[in-house]
Amino acid sequence: MKRRLVSLLAIATMTASMVAGCGTTSMEGTSSSEDAAPKSTEEIDAEAESVELAEDTGKVLNIYVWNEEFKSRVTDHYPGYEEVDATHGKIGDVDVVWQITENQGNSYQDNLDTALKSQADAADDDKVDIFLIEADYASKYCDTDYTMALSDLGITSEDLGDQYEYTQTIVKDSAGKIKGSSWQAASAGLIYNRDIALEVLGTEDPEEVQAAVADWDKYNETAGKMADAGYTMCSVMDTYRTYSNNVSGKWVQDNKVVVDDNLMNWVDDSMELVDANAETTYALWGDDWAKGKYPEGKQFCYFGPAWFFNFCLDADKEGTVANSGRWGFCEGPQSYYWGGTWICAATGTDNPNLVKDIILTMTTDQTVLKEIAQDDLDCVNSKTVLDELASSDEGNMDILGGQNPYAQLAAGAEGIDLSNLSPYDQGCNEEFQNAMKNYFEGNATKDEALELFKTAIVEKYPTLTAE
Amino acid sequence: MTTNTSDVAGKTNEGASIFARRVIAYIVLILITIICLFWFYILFVNATRSHSEMSAGFTPFPSSHLMENWKNLLEGTMPVVSGMVNSLIIATLSAALATYFNTMTAYAIHAYDFRFKNFIYTFILMIMMIPTQVTVLGFIGLINDMGINDSAIPLIVPSIASPAVFFYMKQYMDSTLPLSLIEAARIDGSGEFRTFNQIVVPLMKPAIAVQAIFSFVASWNNYFVPALVLHSQEKKTLPILMQQLRSADFLKFDMGQVYMMIAFSIFPVIIVYLLLSRYIVGGVTLGGVKG
Amino acid sequence: MNKKSKVVRYNKWGYIFLLPFIVVFLVFQLIPLVTTFYNSFFLHMEDGLTEIGPTFIGLENYSTIISNGDLPKYFTNTMIMWFMGFVPQILLSLLLGAWFTDPSLRLKFQRFFKTVIYLPNLIMASAFAMLFFTLFSDMGPINDILLKLGILSAPYQFMSHAWSVRGLVATMNCLMWFGNTTILLMAGMMGIDPALFEAAQVDGATATQIFYKITLPLLKPILIYVMITSLIGGLQMFDVPQILTNRTGDPMRTSMTLIMYLNRNLSVGSRNYGFAGALSVFMFILTGILSLIVFKMTGKEDKDGR
Repeated sequence: MKRRLVSLLAIATMTASMVAGCGTTSMEGTSSSEDAAPKSTEEIDAEAESVELAEDTGKVLNIYVWNEEFKSRVTDHYPGYEEVDATHGKIGDVDVVWQITENQGNSYQDNLDTALKSQADAADDDKVDIFLIEADYASKYCDTDYTMALSDLGITSEDLGDQYEYTQTIVKDSAGKIKGSSWQAASAGLIYNRDIALEVLGTEDPEEVQAAVADWDKYNETAGKMADAGYTMCSVMDTYRTYSNNVSGKWVQDNKVVVDDNLMNWVDDSMELVDANAETTYALWGDDWAKGKYPEGKQFCYFGPAWFFNFCLDADKEGTVANSGRWGFCEGPQSYYWGGTWICAATGTDNPNLVKDIILTMTTDQTVLKEIAQDDLDCVNSKTVLDELASSDEGNMDILGGQNPYAQLAAGAEGIDLSNLSPYDQGCNEEFQNAMKNYFEGNATKDEALELFKTAIVEKYPTLTAE
Repeated sequence: MTTNTSDVAGKTNEGASIFARRVIAYIVLILITIICLFWFYILFVNATRSHSEMSAGFTPFPSSHLMENWKNLLEGTMPVVSGMVNSLIIATLSAALATYFNTMTAYAIHAYDFRFKNFIYTFILMIMMIPTQVTVLGFIGLINDMGINDSAIPLIVPSIASPAVFFYMKQYMDSTLPLSLIEAARIDGSGEFRTFNQIVVPLMKPAIAVQAIFSFVASWNNYFVPALVLHSQEKKTLPILMQQLRSADFLKFDMGQVYMMIAFSIFPVIIVYLLLSRYIVGGVTLGGVKG
Repeated sequence: MNKKSKVVRYNKWGYIFLLPFIVVFLVFQLIPLVTTFYNSFFLHMEDGLTEIGPTFIGLENYSTIISNGDLPKYFTNTMIMWFMGFVPQILLSLLLGAWFTDPSLRLKFQRFFKTVIYLPNLIMASAFAMLFFTLFSDMGPINDILLKLGILSAPYQFMSHAWSVRGLVATMNCLMWFGNTTILLMAGMMGIDPALFEAAQVDGATATQIFYKITLPLLKPILIYVMITSLIGGLQMFDVPQILTNRTGDPMRTSMTLIMYLNRNLSVGSRNYGFAGALSVFMFILTGILSLIVFKMTGKEDKDGR
């Protein structure tokens, strides 16, 4: 028996090494473009113009997404799209399949990674054609050959000329090629409760409120007044992105996690405000956090971009501040962006022409973009459309008491600087906020919280170091 | 039984104390009942409320959005009906295989004497101590190699070897299944396989019912392994779909639907439980085996 | 002599009856286990679309785990939360079991009560944790009630204090599992020959005496089962604290369990196969030692009896 067990173990071990071996093969394709020297826009455009796309042969268009936002945009605004059911549609003869995987816990990325890695061997009907990405992990996909450069689809810089520059910077690979395109410019600002502004600051006018929160010193001063009057500003988590968008260096430099000084400013400022009862520590999207949507929540503001108006303020619900149109919008202490979705074409797609058309229609066609802005209150990625909206009554919003926020949104979009993105931002931001919450709530000293962050981030990204 | 008087006095005394104990027992049981049922009530209430009502705060009273949540759930992107079917198939088969084969294994150890018996018994107990999560990496690699990834097989077949079920059956046999009974069956000329199926299994009914419920519920509520094994939307089980619904982002985040889905997925387990529980709580087996 | 050969003839059936279990076990558990152990000697991680290793590094993963000192912390958390939940759970189950089987008590609606106590286990752990999270949030109903009753002057932040989070986890575990335990014990109690109880009563034994002298000793095999499975289940504690603390194990990881830690190295962001493999080996050893202790503590007489 013993001998049999030993031989059995040997078999098992062999299988084990086979399994391990399988995991390592076929990891080709991680960015050959990384080594190439950056090219100028003219060179890339010249390449784009010379591209001749192959015929579309695919019967199925697979679109990988994490929510239904893009699906509803396509359903409502892409000419010729017919909905079949919640996850299927048709464009002409082509079946559109929406592969929806939730974003939480990296599931979407895991699923997409698996699909992209097997793209070469996949049956035609299973090949990824389009996938969507977010800024937090854009460079993870843009710096690989799994993602097609827009120039390889024949899209030139002229086609994209009306877009905001930051939306292109995010998705450039190291050779300078643009790898995705967005219909949104998710510049964000400060959304304030007009009634509270009137009571504490004596005004509800966006410009005068802006003056009271124009920089962090003024913001903190105003926060003190709010606390004295029995109100809170918002959660420390609300202000986080404003600080993290304005850092002086990337989260990860030479494989090392670096905590920027501006993030430590966030920690110190927030701690003071929490101690003064001027800010809360509630996690975003939670029940406690959501209380501020109601007058009873006694909360002065939220930080958010245009999509926040539509989705996060519960305007359809009786009794909310949004329902009575009592929010106002101003730029806030620093310009920043939040969210935004980019459309990418997967290398190996068998419907290149259709993919190209979808990208162009959904992100550059000004008629479509204006429709999106008006129907869905999105802040769209077109300077012309935003100017039009800003200069007419078309951009007035009920939930803001008729205020037209587009001038501020457009100004914000121009001011966004995205040179400091890294592929690890999503994880770093999340873990940093989680760790610091312990400090804010008095369960750890600042140093202990920082230690916790370093431990957590190396667990999450074992290839990095944090000293 | 010494004198009559003391006996009578003891009776009345005893009667009073029994009465007091009975009252305490009822009070405790009623409290426990409330605590146990409270959660179902809250789930039900939340399933009738819309998302924005829920973000406004908690109330103990139902609202009017029950049908709306139900409709949203059915028409949404989650294939809840196929999810229900998948969950039912997987949980039923797992429970059936787990109880039958592990009873058989326990019987092998209990009723027979053979070489390595003690070795195997200890060995199985050792396996019981391996947490699922420990082997999951290798498990996923294995089923990929076997080509049964994204199918129900790796979720059903492994339940044939459920050491915890085996252990329970063994312990139960130790306290209730006398070997003399098996001897008697042999003398009557019953084959070993028949003895097991027609004498042992019926005698084990309460234990089988207990473990069938536990296995069914465990499989029904299992998220960890199925989430790693199943990838196609139409093959997924309810807990995975629920998790997907729950982690939908702000766009589609609808707690009304989430609670509706929880309510929807609890229903079948309650039914299975009520069906099987009569074997456990009804006392039908009392006196089935007499030492 | 004759008898013995018969026994041998029958005993080949022992192997036959064992076969399905053994085959399935070898394929679906032993191979994965060996793979996992094997992996633990390698540097092997996946970071998004890039993969590092596998490179053989011997025991380095193990020495990292020992030197960073996190493991004892998470082990302690796990055991504390398990113990806080298990003690009330087993006491409650024994009490209920004794009441239900006590012939002198003659409780009515027994079927109803027995049915109800298991119900909380039917709710998915994650759904249960979600409900608790809502109920105990800073502005949630529990704080609301406590404020209105004047017990508190400001909301108590249940999620920001180590012992309240642990307490909530333990409460949930107890609530979810006491019915399960009671059912197990009752099934055991019902297996006891009723004649024993009758005889004891005739002899004038009190309910307490019957419980300690008859029920408990005869229940021993089932009690050991409950102890072991609960301990193993406790070591595998995951869903409840994971959802309640939103994966963080906060405050300051005082509610992070071993499996939550393992899970952090496996599925969030990047996968660290080698390290997770080594962690698994530690988990395996820990579980083994603890279970052996329980066996040794409870199993002495059992061995003599055999």
